[in-house]
Amino acid sequence: MVATIYEGIAPTSNESVADTLFDKVWKRHLVTAETADTPAILYIDTHLIHEVTSPQAFQMLRDKGIPLRRPDRTFATCDHSTPTTKPNEQGEYQFHGEQERHQVEQLQANCKEFDVPLYALGDKKQGIVHVIGPERGITQPGQTIVCGDSHTSTHGAFGALAFGIGTSEVGYTFATQCIPQRKSKSFGIEVSGNLNPGVTAKDIILTIIRQIGIGGATGHVIEYFGSTIRALSMDERMTICNMSIEAGARAGMIAPDDTTFDYLKDREFVPRGKDWDCAVKDWRQLYTEPGAIFDRKITIDASSIEPMITYGTNPQMGIKVGEKIPVNNEQQALDYMGLSEQQAMIGQPVDVVFIGSCTNSRISDLRDAAKVLKNRKVASSVRTLIVPGSHEIKQQAEQEGIADIFVEAGAEWREPGCSMCLGMNGDIIKEKQFCVSTSNRNFEGRQGKGGRTLLASPLTAAAAAVTGRITDPREFI
Amino acid sequence: MKPFQTFRSIFAVLGAKNIDTDQIIGSDHLKITDKSGLGKHLFSDWRYLADGTDNPEFVLNQPEFKQSRVLVVGDNFGCGSSREHAPWALLDFGIEVVISSSIADIFSNNSFKNGLLPIQVSEQEHQFLLQHSGSEITVDLEQQQIHCADKKFEFKVEAFARYCLLNGLEQLDFLIGQMDEIKKYEKRHFKELA
Repeated sequence: MVATIYEGIAPTSNESVADTLFDKVWKRHLVTAETADTPAILYIDTHLIHEVTSPQAFQMLRDKGIPLRRPDRTFATCDHSTPTTKPNEQGEYQFHGEQERHQVEQLQANCKEFDVPLYALGDKKQGIVHVIGPERGITQPGQTIVCGDSHTSTHGAFGALAFGIGTSEVGYTFATQCIPQRKSKSFGIEVSGNLNPGVTAKDIILTIIRQIGIGGATGHVIEYFGSTIRALSMDERMTICNMSIEAGARAGMIAPDDTTFDYLKDREFVPRGKDWDCAVKDWRQLYTEPGAIFDRKITIDASSIEPMITYGTNPQMGIKVGEKIPVNNEQQALDYMGLSEQQAMIGQPVDVVFIGSCTNSRISDLRDAAKVLKNRKVASSVRTLIVPGSHEIKQQAEQEGIADIFVEAGAEWREPGCSMCLGMNGDIIKEKQFCVSTSNRNFEGRQGKGGRTLLASPLTAAAAAVTGRITDPREFI
Repeated sequence: MKPFQTFRSIFAVLGAKNIDTDQIIGSDHLKITDKSGLGKHLFSDWRYLADGTDNPEFVLNQPEFKQSRVLVVGDNFGCGSSREHAPWALLDFGIEVVISSSIADIFSNNSFKNGLLPIQVSEQEHQFLLQHSGSEITVDLEQQQIHCADKKFEFKVEAFARYCLLNGLEQLDFLIGQMDEIKKYEKRHFKELA
């Protein structure tokens, strides 16, 4: 057991006298409080949009004949359907198909019509929506942030209340800058102690999801805290909050601290000078008060965490890389994966390695992969695709010489985008291929029909690229 | 949206746990810019064989279930992606109610907005329904009751979502009606508007 579960220690967080971080951000954004008959109306500070879940919401505005209320609080990028290959000499992008091209062009047209700022394909600031929000300083502590994308939970790493919404609520936010919302319960996850070498933020969150299950946080907003979390960089905190949804959580949050402020200072959209000082003073109030009670709480000993790998068809089905697949598993998942109970994952041959996605495509993830790939070659049997989260990260990796390490190792170094995380842009794996992926979901067919996804950290993925099989990354560091 | 009225239908069972939104509607079908025609892609990886023909073993391909308006599904249905294409696909296929012991948050939210009713029942009731595939069921949202065989199950739906469904109202109209409150909030909240 890596955790102790305390349940039912308090009826609801609403009755706690001291506020949690979530309580504080929630209260700040109440236009009207909830009643028995109506949900709260929650004001949204920042609305991020992309090409896949927004077109029908723009149409709602046209159908109703109303304007987009706060284009100044709306930011668009394209990432899901975009090619990760370079444009040709004429600067033309090679889309996977006409539908993908149309979706991206439709976003451009919609943003123009409704005056929404867009980081278009080819823009030096374009990238995955959950990468560029923080990178540009659009994401700030204490904000409410929504996006038609479940991995919006990423932004909670800054002490924002950030969650995924569907297209209807994208339309509501366009029209009113608000959504109707019932308050979720709170779930405190404390991670304490030192991480062992070779253990990363990805391994922390895969351990948590294994423990609480993929529906384990449904109806809850998670707050991650404890000495291990405090010691993490912003990139690492984002990896953890990103996958909160994989445990069913509405959102994941981490209280902002000096690490947060150091990351944000001087980024494009953050306040400057005196305004910055005022903002930081305010942001320092965003923490869970001593005595605040979570509806549910678990504690995890960081020293017990090891590099993780999944073997099944949801993120809960993970094990320490050196363990065997447990018995009494769901047979349908193992049949799909072509794996069996009691089988060791170490040594399992792999066909594809994907390093990227809103979970693990930031500069520190790429540095991790480069540590393993430096002066080594990827196995000839393995296709290795490395996709940075944004143009800014791509440029930084090229300046640091990381991109050269990847290319010399024999990996494909691509243009930014969601890419093989969900394969909407044509970056897919083939039927029955095993792909070690740093993304967030190993659902059936997620990376291509019949494809078999094994979720892991960038270190573990890079190790598999070198050996052509699942390998303990600690052999390489 | 049309008001949700009590109806009776046979129900189909898709008992696997954790059916995620990628299974309900794969990412290949998210490339449209409207909402139409998604029903034919519902559960497509399970519903069709490699040659594109119907998989006769898949429940919704069986003649007696083609008219089912209710789907009883395994625990934690609709987990994963926030794609509203999932309820759009179910509705376009003809499913108006999904029943499970637990349903993922975003999927539930999205369903209500489109007139698809997600119903959560107890573990015990869920087990009963899972074992009675093909039975007739009456779904009464007004009374928040399900009738199946000689059983009557009570369920709870969030009050506002229920009100909107029963009256065929869009939640957006309620929000638009609160515009004065929203503007007042903005004045309080943002210095630049003070």
